[in-house]
Amino acid sequence: MKPIEARDVVLSFGETPALRGASVSVAPGEIVAIMGPSGSGKSTLLHCLAGILAPDAGEIHFDGRRIDNLSENERSVLRRQQFGFVFQFGQLVPELTAEENVALPLLLNGVKRAAALEQARPWFARLGLAGLERRRSGELSGGQAQRVALARGLVARPGALFADEPTGALDSLTGEQVMDLLVASAREQGTTVVLVTHDARVAAYADRQVIVRDGKVNALVRS
Amino acid sequence: MTLLGLLDREPSHGYELKRDYDTFFSRGKPLPFGQVYATLSRLVRDGKIVVGEVEPGVGPERKRYVITERGATDVESWLTEPVDAEPNLQTVLFTKVVLALMLGRPAEEYLDVQRATHLRRMTELTEIKRGGDLVDTMLADHGLFHLEADLHWIDTTVARLDALRETVAGR
Repeated sequence: MKPIEARDVVLSFGETPALRGASVSVAPGEIVAIMGPSGSGKSTLLHCLAGILAPDAGEIHFDGRRIDNLSENERSVLRRQQFGFVFQFGQLVPELTAEENVALPLLLNGVKRAAALEQARPWFARLGLAGLERRRSGELSGGQAQRVALARGLVARPGALFADEPTGALDSLTGEQVMDLLVASAREQGTTVVLVTHDARVAAYADRQVIVRDGKVNALVRS
Repeated sequence: MTLLGLLDREPSHGYELKRDYDTFFSRGKPLPFGQVYATLSRLVRDGKIVVGEVEPGVGPERKRYVITERGATDVESWLTEPVDAEPNLQTVLFTKVVLALMLGRPAEEYLDVQRATHLRRMTELTEIKRGGDLVDTMLADHGLFHLEADLHWIDTTVARLDALRETVAGR
């Protein structure tokens, strides 16, 4: 279980400020939802926490290590080895089968193909996808594709999973199934999760919610 | 109305009604037997149910209650009538926001605390759904959708606070 922290993070896109001193701490194994209006900076904050974007000022720490000052290449290695990702539209590789998509993070980390597929396969039964291993993304429903994306995000047992609107393209019931599986799998593995959503019912699956407004984090006061 | 509705299925003893009520409707607050029999007496008095065949033995348990045509009509009307859609906008929350602005208090902070309270309740209801059966899930959903609607109202109100402050000050 690994903690993540942003300290006074500032980031602008050209003249437009996106984050203006955002701070947030995520405890080891915690599931935190980042909420906020459109354009508030919530996805930008997720991208900074995940080492996709480097902030102009402030610090990002993962598992006690400062990561905002790493080189592009070092951040890329960190993302591949320590982080899992789930995006709104699954973003599966259409040329690969579902099981190859799940195995992808392992293959990229140098695991041999047979071993990678062997690790990928149990996820299909676990996420209610048994029998769909050989299908390509075009042959999967939106909910199935998103569960494959979830398996891909967790297969390498990452220290942290970053999910950006993971149910945004799904209907309400299918979205709930995906969130149920995401929470259950992350808790089982002890994976720290940072989730961006505009949907309060999705955010309610998290242990804690924070609001980003005008590029700053408003940690919700518990009354 | 719930007990009357249960009797519209089939004639039942008081203890059967209590058992079914507790299973589907009580959500952790079992209906006291006294309340079951008090309600049944009132329904008998109002002509909505009658006491059917009395079985041998002693005590109220031997009575089987049967719905009358009048009772069945009541159930039908109650089921087909929509519940009031709260036409009154003067909710507690609305009153708090307007009063806070009138009194120069931090309305946005109050709304932030309210949002946190709503989200905490939504998290609790989501946990109930995750571990519960279908009945629990449906009840939790009802609460979640209502809380979500309130949250939309809170967010929109936060975005309108400056305009509302001017409106309140202008009165």
